[in-house]
Amino acid sequence: MSRWVLRILGLSYVAALLAAPVGLVVWRTFEHGLGPAWDAVTTPAAKHALYLTLLIAAIAVPANTIFGIVCALAIVRYRFRGKGLVNALVDLPLALSPVVVGLAYFLLYSRNGWFGGWLTEHGIQVVFALPAMVLVTVFVSLPFVVREVVPVLREIGTEQEQASSTLGASPFQTFRKVTLPAIRWAVAYGVVLTTARALGEFGAVSVVSGHIVGKTDTLTLHVEESYQAFDYTAAYASSFVLALIAVATLVLMSLFKPKEEIR
Amino acid sequence: MTAYLSLIVLLPLAALVWQAGKTGRTGFWDAVTDPQAVAALKLTLVVSIGVCLINALFGTIVAWILVRDRFWGQSVVNAIIDLPFALPTIVAGLTLLTLYGPRGPVGIDIAFSRAAVLVALLFVTLPFVIRTVQPVLLELDREMEEAAASLGAGPLKTFRYVVFPNLLPAILSGVALAFARAVGEFGSIVLISGNLPFKTEVASVFIFGRIESGDPAGAAAVSVVILAISFAMLLGIGALRRWTTRHDRV
Amino acid sequence: MAIVARSVTKRFGSFTALDDVSIEVPAGSLTALLGPSGSGKSTLLRVIAGLERPESGTVELDGVDVTKRAPQKRGVGFVFQHYAAFKHMTVRDNVAFGLRVRRRPRAEIRQRVDELLELVQIAGWADNYPAQLSGGQRQRMGLARALAVEPAVLLLDEPFGALDARVRKDLRAWLRRLHDEMHVTTIFVTHDQEEAMEIADQIVLMNRGRIEQVGGPRDLYEEPANEFVMSFVGPVNRFGESFVRPHDLELRIEPNGETTAGTIERVVHLGFEVRVELVLEDGRDLWAQVTRDEAEELELAPGGKVFVRPRRSRIFQTT
Repeated sequence: MSRWVLRILGLSYVAALLAAPVGLVVWRTFEHGLGPAWDAVTTPAAKHALYLTLLIAAIAVPANTIFGIVCALAIVRYRFRGKGLVNALVDLPLALSPVVVGLAYFLLYSRNGWFGGWLTEHGIQVVFALPAMVLVTVFVSLPFVVREVVPVLREIGTEQEQASSTLGASPFQTFRKVTLPAIRWAVAYGVVLTTARALGEFGAVSVVSGHIVGKTDTLTLHVEESYQAFDYTAAYASSFVLALIAVATLVLMSLFKPKEEIR
Repeated sequence: MTAYLSLIVLLPLAALVWQAGKTGRTGFWDAVTDPQAVAALKLTLVVSIGVCLINALFGTIVAWILVRDRFWGQSVVNAIIDLPFALPTIVAGLTLLTLYGPRGPVGIDIAFSRAAVLVALLFVTLPFVIRTVQPVLLELDREMEEAAASLGAGPLKTFRYVVFPNLLPAILSGVALAFARAVGEFGSIVLISGNLPFKTEVASVFIFGRIESGDPAGAAAVSVVILAISFAMLLGIGALRRWTTRHDRV
Repeated sequence: MAIVARSVTKRFGSFTALDDVSIEVPAGSLTALLGPSGSGKSTLLRVIAGLERPESGTVELDGVDVTKRAPQKRGVGFVFQHYAAFKHMTVRDNVAFGLRVRRRPRAEIRQRVDELLELVQIAGWADNYPAQLSGGQRQRMGLARALAVEPAVLLLDEPFGALDARVRKDLRAWLRRLHDEMHVTTIFVTHDQEEAMEIADQIVLMNRGRIEQVGGPRDLYEEPANEFVMSFVGPVNRFGESFVRPHDLELRIEPNGETTAGTIERVVHLGFEVRVELVLEDGRDLWAQVTRDEAEELELAPGGKVFVRPRRSRIFQTT
């Protein structure tokens, strides 16, 4: 009996909060048929927004992946002073409000900011343009690869790598042939999380982008714009695209999930 | 690596703190005691704490039925728990608005109310407690529960005296993550709450407003306050968590 | 309290753990459920405790059918192989748990817990956590915890299996002494025949979900019911159709008409015992166990010729 009480409580909670709303959006997107929805996602503004979103992710994700692997190796395999600080800094993006992130970057790179003078002198536009948007996206999606790779590196230990060097492999060869294959699933999972975060970023980009429609709108900003402009079909259609990406992310997450969490 | 970290994380953080102090002590104090700011901070904290409590309860229940129960569609439910991690916050806000807003099919309209803030935060923090409790439940020594049964404890007593104390550290970890997320949440709230000052405006929206009105100092000041509060809360929860696991460390 | 299990069958999926098993445990006795892994002995114990529900069969405690009763209501004390300590509670709180659940008065609980901690000799650790105790101490705590509620039956599931050999020997002797003092009907599960032979009044030898034989240690050793029992409780040589214990093999220098010839391959001196490994004329391997004195008298050495005669042997009907 108590089993059913728990089931009903738990499942209704998830349904009311998660399943029902998302299901409804899918329905609303195609409420007026496939045509209007398609039209809404293929407007120049929408297409540019999608392009921008993908471009930013294409820069942020590889950068954070490389950083993530290097940082994880440093944290696990080496001793150095300030390791605690590095750990805290890596975790910081998870605790900071995206708006605060945007603000901090704004303070650095806007015209009155720390680097503002130098940048205007050289004609480089950072805020209200692509560079700032990429930077904040890098910030918010920073931790994921590191956090996924660190425990795996810890667990596999150094024995295989030591064996590799006694057999004559150079550090780079060892890295390529021994370390990398061992962490590849953790990296894959981390990349999936990083990409999802980068594609979905809203608050920080909102602050630094300036909302210039057709120029500095990512797909997420486009959703908000459309909604505020009462263009609900466009808002739902773009949300649907993002939701599709989210579902694909979920599927990939299930596939790559670290073993102890798989049921 | 350090260059990357400094450029991306350290520098902006420094700029933030510096800016907060730029207008001096009085400037800072004024910005922070502004009634609208105070209202936003209060709302943020109260709702975030409420969200944490609700998550502690329902998160544990959901984790329980995912680990200890077997029902049709279980693995699907387990997978969609991560949806708030994967879905952009603005889309999350839109989906909630669709179901529970003015044109919602079930007749519930919580748009522009504090309930809206609560529901949005519950959505984005849903996975945290569940995902920290699940692995602990999986690893839990069933023999402890059998021992309790053999000693005469029924299911409720067993849960209260044996299972729960061992889940508590994980619940607290999840709560800490949820709290940090909740106080900073922005995208899911903007649409559904209406951002009405003194009513449904949360700290992040207030800060956004200050930036838009060209008052970065004020924005920075309130940011620093919220950071400090988060930090204090996380320290507190961390200490509480360490106390509940003291038996492991001795 | 006497325990009777009748025709108990328990399956896990397609695996039959217990196949129509029946046993009787006299009140106040110390019974061992002995057998190799997978024999069903732990399952049987858990069925008696109520931690598993059988597909069919009944369990009676003092004549009362408790098959459908939850473990909470059976009045059994259970001790687990890996202690199942409540790791988040102190030793004192662990032992007091059953009494607290029954809402005994605080003073009574305190007194009883102190008594038990004294009895199992861990009184000095009362306010520590289980993680700070050694394995042996944790198991004694487990015992104290189970005894606290004055169970009519004490069930122990490979209680010393997780401990070092030395600690195991000490604790098993200690358990026997405790039993002699308290006279609580006790059943313990073990795969170690030495352990069972040393302390049990009655041994139930199980194999693959069935009972092979029930009897005292001597009965199983001297009158084994079949080959499995004989080889499980002691070393055995196959001698044609019959089975002979190594110490029942007589070694002679001269044949006497009843002996078979053989050559010594190895002589291993194990302190008081000497183990003599032989090969018979027809190529079969045997080993005999003689005392040090006998070995000296016969001047046994590798390569030597010797004549072998079983003093006692058993033949089992194969059905």
